[in-house]
Amino acid sequence: MENNVVLTARGISMTFPGVKALENVDFTLRKGEIHALMGENGAGKSTLIKCLTGINDFETGEIHIDGVDGPVKNHSTRDAQNVGISTVYQEVNLCPNLSVAENLFIGREPLTAIRTVDRNSYNKRSQKIMDDLGISVDVTQNLENYSLAIQQMVAIARAVDMDCKVLILDEPTSSLDDEEVEKLFKLMRMLKDKGVGIIFVTHFLEQVYAVCDRITVLRNGTLVGEYPIADLPRVKLVAAMMGKDLDDLASIKGESKDLSHEPLEISARGLAHLGTVKPFDLDIHKGEVIGIGGLLGSGRSELARSIYGADRANVGTLKVKDKEVQIHQPIDAMNLGMGMLPDDRKAEGIIEDLTVRENIILALQAKTGTFKRLSSQKQNEIADRYIELLSIKTPSPETLVKQLSGGNQQKVILARWLATNPDFLILDEPTRGIDIGTKTEIQKLILELAEQGKSIVFISSEIMEMVRTCNRMVIMRDGEKVGEVGGDITEQKVMHAIAGGGEEK
Amino acid sequence: MSSKDSSFMKKIKSWPLLLPVVALFLVMAVNILHDAAIGANPLSFFTITLNQTTSSGTILYGRIIDILNRGSEVAILALGMTLVVSSSAGTDISVGSVMSLSASFCCMLLAGYGVANTSELAVPLIVGVLAAFAMGTLCGAFNGTLVAYFGIQPMVATLILFSAARAIGLLLCNNLIVYVRNSAFGAFGAFTGILPTPIIIAAICIAVVALVLKNTSLGMYIQSVGINPKASRIAGLNSKKIIFLTYVICGFFAGVAGLVNSSRITSADSNNIGLYYEMDAILAVALGGNSLGGGKFNLAGSIIGAYTIQAITTTLYALGVSTDQAPVYKAIIVVIIVAIQSAPLKAFFRKRSLKETKEAAKA
Repeated sequence: MENNVVLTARGISMTFPGVKALENVDFTLRKGEIHALMGENGAGKSTLIKCLTGINDFETGEIHIDGVDGPVKNHSTRDAQNVGISTVYQEVNLCPNLSVAENLFIGREPLTAIRTVDRNSYNKRSQKIMDDLGISVDVTQNLENYSLAIQQMVAIARAVDMDCKVLILDEPTSSLDDEEVEKLFKLMRMLKDKGVGIIFVTHFLEQVYAVCDRITVLRNGTLVGEYPIADLPRVKLVAAMMGKDLDDLASIKGESKDLSHEPLEISARGLAHLGTVKPFDLDIHKGEVIGIGGLLGSGRSELARSIYGADRANVGTLKVKDKEVQIHQPIDAMNLGMGMLPDDRKAEGIIEDLTVRENIILALQAKTGTFKRLSSQKQNEIADRYIELLSIKTPSPETLVKQLSGGNQQKVILARWLATNPDFLILDEPTRGIDIGTKTEIQKLILELAEQGKSIVFISSEIMEMVRTCNRMVIMRDGEKVGEVGGDITEQKVMHAIAGGGEEK
Repeated sequence: MSSKDSSFMKKIKSWPLLLPVVALFLVMAVNILHDAAIGANPLSFFTITLNQTTSSGTILYGRIIDILNRGSEVAILALGMTLVVSSSAGTDISVGSVMSLSASFCCMLLAGYGVANTSELAVPLIVGVLAAFAMGTLCGAFNGTLVAYFGIQPMVATLILFSAARAIGLLLCNNLIVYVRNSAFGAFGAFTGILPTPIIIAAICIAVVALVLKNTSLGMYIQSVGINPKASRIAGLNSKKIIFLTYVICGFFAGVAGLVNSSRITSADSNNIGLYYEMDAILAVALGGNSLGGGKFNLAGSIIGAYTIQAITTTLYALGVSTDQAPVYKAIIVVIIVAIQSAPLKAFFRKRSLKETKEAAKA
């Protein structure tokens, strides 16, 4: 093994039923380095980490660890810990009702001569560990008395004390504030100086540039590349994560219509669902298609959800057609002429044990009212019409929707909303996981709907789709609306806006 | 086998009520065999005769009538239980106790507080009847609030009234067994014309629920919420309200069943009315082929399930099994019926029939 290298993974592949989660991925971690593992959701970051920590059983490939002869194959987190790999997750996996010291030594308590737990000794040892790491806590206090950041650090301290050579931090900063993040970074740098190799997974680009030495980028289960931090400025990182080479990007967008003279459909002022999306202002005109750009987890879905009431907005005002409204839950939004196709088809879209017909008429029926049941004839008419219009491939309207393919399920949900004839439609990732032909159909449909005077919010991970269809794009970063790209939209502009600040120009 | 035959078989095999109906037939078959074995008319199980009685005049008499009569309460409870299971993937274990509380409240009003034995009604009969319904509905609303709005596990939420309702009933009755020996009150548990009234009441309840489900979209809403509450909410359903509503309906039917049960004995015996009925109601839902995991439901299955339970009980008595031992045999039969409907056994039979068709194709 190369000098200084603490962990190498070579040619790791792993399949989940129907999906190639990892394909021939290499990863190298050196001593005393903080290595960012980047990629969008579904790129395979978590799968790779789970292969390293023994949660996933990878199919091919080898993992080597410094100090262990031959390839290592972990079958449990305990195996992983034994060879020196520890993981700290976003949610702290410790016991809040035990003291800090107990948490540090749980499962490996020092014993006295008569085999009872030696409290004195482990309190002392705990205090020393925490002092050495520069974390000021009273180790006899219960863990729950400390902030989430401290709890996370205790988890890290526990990992470090168990002689870990490789420390994996999976989204550790998601629920920390800036000050706490800084504390965590200090600890990470200290561990780095001690020679621990740290794998850092995060959605926050700033943080990568703040602490990391090296970046490995994954996309769709394959390795894009490994770069020293200096060689990969933000824009290139975003490009690598999304699979676009900036040089290839050319404007293909035709003339864009100016619709700002059209009446306002939606007007939000300071609207926010605190915790997921910061206060934002947004105007959407009649017949406009608005794209929301940003990395996954940037708050682009959350922005749309707060308008629709899927996550009830807790501050700010919202006007629909120039009238101020209160939306407590989705049905309120529906009655104002809205509809939303959510991004998680399985969790929030389909009702899998109901038939295609029932899935299609559900929203219209909810809007019509419980006691005004649509006649069977009407239901069949509507189902048949949309099955034909969207060419949904189903043996019959009475087939259970779960028996359809993903793309057709998506069309069923689209049909559900079209059936309600909305004025304002939010489409969150309508093209995810469906074939290219259907994707084009859906984009065409969006333009048609806009032509009919409907306003549309279109969210997609594929920027080109939005560039082609949108009049204007809203850019999100870290839960905040950071700007808009209007007029002549190009992919380049959008990606620069998404990457934001830093070393632009 | 001709193709017509096989498509018919396919239809039968995919009929959701197949197993509940088979179970019911099996219980009947046991009766027929037993009757034949003892040399009686093998069809005596199905025989319905008109009997003259001194108390009720001319009435229908027969084992089937008895099963339909005695099974009424569980059938009524099973209606509400089916909806609760579907919407919330949980069970309402308080229905037996709520029956008792509704009966106590009704009798307390009819007899007057503190009166233990009366044949005179203190208030008009209709007040007592409505009070029983109202009490059941109120209990249902209480359960529904805990489950739907406070997010408490259905089992835990309904455990509260399961243990408290009987005690509240005793409190209302001043710790007495209140006897209301009034023929108007007793009519709900006796005969109307030649038919036992409970059969008529059960039939009305079933008809009302069936009509509501057919003519409103409530049935689809309940199933939708039971299958995926999050997606239902996004599609504009008020998931919490729908879950709440199913508990209210379930409570209302517990009130109806309580009235019928107390009318049979013209008294409010807090400690015994509806005892273990919650278990029978849940069992009826399960026997009907409904998943206790919520979602899709089949009301007809639950009703068949309810009468199957009663048929088992009646059969055991006909076979001469003593009242004390009946639960043992009942348990054995129920285990068999439930096991036949379980996923692993179904898969096993499917595999076997596949294998057989393959072998047949080879030969």
